Amino acid sequence: MTERLVIIGNGMAPGRMLEHLLDAAPAAYDVTIFNAEPRVNYDRIMLSPVLSGEKTYDDIVIHDDAWYASHGITLHRGHRIASIDRDAKTVTSEGGITAPYDRLVIATGSNPFMIPVPGKDLPGVLAYRDLDDVQTMLRMAERGGRAVVIGGGLLGLEAAAGLKQRGMEVTVLHVMPTLMERQLDPAAGYLLEKELKRRGIHVITKANTKAILGRTHVQGVELADGTQIPASLVVMAVGIRPNVQIAKDAGLEVGRGIVTTDAMQTSDPAIYSVGECAEVGGQVYGLVAPLYEQARVLAAHLSGDTAPRFVHVDTPTKLKVTGIDLYSLGDFAEGDDREEIVLRDASAGVYKRLVLKDNVIIGTVLYGETADGAWFNDLKKKATDVSAMRDTLIFGQMFQGGTQSDPLQAVAALPDDAEICGCNGVCKGRITGAIRSKGLTDLDGVRAHTKASASCGSCTGLVEKILKLELGDAFNPAAVQPMCPCTTHGHDEVRRLIRAKALKTIPAVMQELEWSTSCGCAKCRPALNYYLVCDWPEDYRDDYQSRFINERVHANIQKDGTYSVVPRMWGGMTSSSELRAIADVVDKFDIPAVKVTGGQRIDMLGIRKEDLPAVWADLGKAGFVSGQAYAKGLRTVKTCVGNTWCRFGTQDSTGLGIRLEKFMWGSWTPAKLKLAVSGCPRNCAEATCKDIGVICVDSGFEIHFAGAAGLDIKGTEVLGHAATEDEALEIVVALTQMYREGARYLERIYKWTKRIGVPEIKKQIIDDLPRRRAFFDRFVHSQRFAQVDPWSERVSGKDKHEFKPMAVVGYQEAAE
Amino acid sequence: MTIWIDIGALDDVPLRGSRCVATPTGKVGVFRTADDRVFAIRNECPHKGGPLTEGIVHGHSVTCPLHNWVISLETGEAQGADEGAVGTIPVRLDSGRILLLRAAIAAKAAA
Ligand SMILES: Cc1cc2nc3c(=O)[nH]c(=O)nc-3n(C[C@H](O)[C@H](O)[C@H](O)COP(=O)(O)OP(=O)(O)OC[C@H]3O[C@@H](n4cnc5c(N)ncnc54)[C@H](O)[C@@H]3O)c2cc1C
Repeated sequence: MTERLVIIGNGMAPGRMLEHLLDAAPAAYDVTIFNAEPRVNYDRIMLSPVLSGEKTYDDIVIHDDAWYASHGITLHRGHRIASIDRDAKTVTSEGGITAPYDRLVIATGSNPFMIPVPGKDLPGVLAYRDLDDVQTMLRMAERGGRAVVIGGGLLGLEAAAGLKQRGMEVTVLHVMPTLMERQLDPAAGYLLEKELKRRGIHVITKANTKAILGRTHVQGVELADGTQIPASLVVMAVGIRPNVQIAKDAGLEVGRGIVTTDAMQTSDPAIYSVGECAEVGGQVYGLVAPLYEQARVLAAHLSGDTAPRFVHVDTPTKLKVTGIDLYSLGDFAEGDDREEIVLRDASAGVYKRLVLKDNVIIGTVLYGETADGAWFNDLKKKATDVSAMRDTLIFGQMFQGGTQSDPLQAVAALPDDAEICGCNGVCKGRITGAIRSKGLTDLDGVRAHTKASASCGSCTGLVEKILKLELGDAFNPAAVQPMCPCTTHGHDEVRRLIRAKALKTIPAVMQELEWSTSCGCAKCRPALNYYLVCDWPEDYRDDYQSRFINERVHANIQKDGTYSVVPRMWGGMTSSSELRAIADVVDKFDIPAVKVTGGQRIDMLGIRKEDLPAVWADLGKAGFVSGQAYAKGLRTVKTCVGNTWCRFGTQDSTGLGIRLEKFMWGSWTPAKLKLAVSGCPRNCAEATCKDIGVICVDSGFEIHFAGAAGLDIKGTEVLGHAATEDEALEIVVALTQMYREGARYLERIYKWTKRIGVPEIKKQIIDDLPRRRAFFDRFVHSQRFAQVDPWSERVSGKDKHEFKPMAVVGYQEAAE
Repeated sequence: MTIWIDIGALDDVPLRGSRCVATPTGKVGVFRTADDRVFAIRNECPHKGGPLTEGIVHGHSVTCPLHNWVISLETGEAQGADEGAVGTIPVRLDSGRILLLRAAIAAKAAA
């Protein structure tokens, strides 16, 4: 009979244990999990990127529902185990579910420690441990205001950086004289403090918190010296305590954690413990690398292999704040029997320190430049005698043997047993072995087969270099196409970093993301200009020199260098006076061709550039504005005559079209955006091949999108149904904003849709009402800055230089 | 004697931008790059005659607005796989003024 395995807690340690166990002995147990958190197993260490906005919860899920289902595992979410009955061999949850076990694993992790000061229970005082904490922080951050983070360690600083990126004014209180003193020496702690301050985060060291202030909600923090710091949010990140209560209640042996053998067995042979709650070899752990090692050992024992034992290894620490590189490992206290090697480069913000004992590295602190961390770690682990290279050791691996500074060579030179992924304890040989035996070609493959780079991600660069070394040019990093030859980043990465690092000018993007050219090229500049216009509507100053000529002079260049001009005709409606004005302009400027466009308006072709402002002035007097027929932006809204005239019409399609066009004109989008509204399913406005189309029906409005009728021909997808015109407008606008924020420059809506999938768009725009509203609101906000008629601006003199030659050199002057 | 023609002030040309100058031998494009250097070339792409002054200026090159040929402002030559060149005109900067070499303007474009 299969044995019953019950697991209390569904964190990262037991999750990993199950993966090993299912590999080794897939049918050995009938598994039941109880988890106090109401969710599946997710990557807790990636909560900081979720807080800062660089990732979403969906990105960090490790095992989704389908995984549990396919392995026949019962997961009780939101069920906290209240007690263990060791005689009856059962566990019982607070909700009253009792489950019998043959073997039990306690994996309850840790509890965040809350300093026992008055006010610590006030609303607005949080820990930083799980997704609920992050979601609460995000809600608070939306309102802006001030936050105080108590604790200047790894967690506290990640929280502070995240909240700052979300727009809060942040103060970090740290009780010790320098930050992260457990991982950094004072010099590195100082550099870190300086960098955080440069980013606008306040840091107060030697700060003793006396009380949290406030009556119904937190209002501030008071220090022992009487200083008061106002805050509407307080995050405590001062440490964690192994969560041992139920083990203690059940009479198991408990020290700092639940005491286990090096096979992860507790004082009751039927009960095991793994993760932060376990104490093995007298130590408790708070980083995933050793917990994953525990998981491997426990899985082996549960599958009948009793050989593996848990052995202590030092784990490096890294801070996951984008743009701050920091690496710390081992013991770096000073001592008489120790020597140290220090390298400082103040201008580059680099600090490196190695601590040696008997010519062997025992500790490493790297700040600002951490590429050699893996190499130093390897020397330390193997206790290599470094006396022969002592003089140049600190310059890193590339310096040894005089090879030039080629990072790829440095990785090539690493031995097979050098550790690449600290979190998962994966060495180089395992990665190269997997690439060869499994024929892997990309990062995802390596992650799936070895777990390297699958946790905190800070070794991704190293893993990519190994792929490159193994596969040569066949390796196309993560299959991400760089935006252009000026950068290695793809469009999505650039968009993400623009937001995460709050980059607000093109030079800032190029500087921070290390562009290889001085001012980009004709591919990346227009893209960056669009991304910045879209993300920072109120702050960004449009860079005309980064726009294609059509968008710079607000007309369409033709093959002979003349221009065409298309005024807006809202919803395709016009009048005798408008037509008369157009006729007059055509005569006056001797315009050679006039054509009716597919978007229901009138195109005047063959206009000389010098004449453009005068043409616009005359059109403007008749009430015309630019039709933006040249823009990567909203073009036309095509309509049929609807129920005003048509005997089949069900709604006022013309009216809705005009309303949409008036609402949305002026907005910039990744590529051109054409809309249509048809008054009935006969679809005379051809809405079902447009970027966004509306089909009116008796019960309201069907919203379509992602059609194409150009190089590709494609019918639209149905997004959803709206009962009222207001709702239809809201959906169309929210969809447009989602597209604006997510698509790559020049990517039409149907290509974007193909890439991210119709269900995802439905989920965000149709199912998630608050999200739809938020998209809508952001669009409305951005329109406040976008709805300026470019023609009238230029008639009033803007960019005058564009339309006139700088000088006219006469024949006389030029003649010799 | 070398004669230079004053065609305007440096500030008349936007940074990373361009202006054109009408001459009896055709239009000349005047370009100002990010590092504040000024170049002048004939304003006709060697490909299909596109107006280069309407292109995006980057580094010491300009990309033609019609079909994205990249032309070197220093040599007038097409970059990358494309072949062809436009005439260049020597430029001098003198206390904030831009001067073009008259002889080079008078000479018909090489093409
Ligand atoms: C913001 C943040 C950043 C971090 N960054 C890093 C990093 O960069 N590198 C690194 O190595 N580590 C990092 N860590 C630490 C790492 O996440 C933890 O060491 C690891 O998640 C612990 O795994 P675990 O399985 O022991 O416990 P957890 O993942 O904490 O899981 C324990 C689970 O048990 C549940 N539980 C508790 N009691 C009961 C009960 N009685 N009944 C049922 N369920 C119960 C809890 O709800 C919880 O879901 C970070 C942690 C945080 C919070």
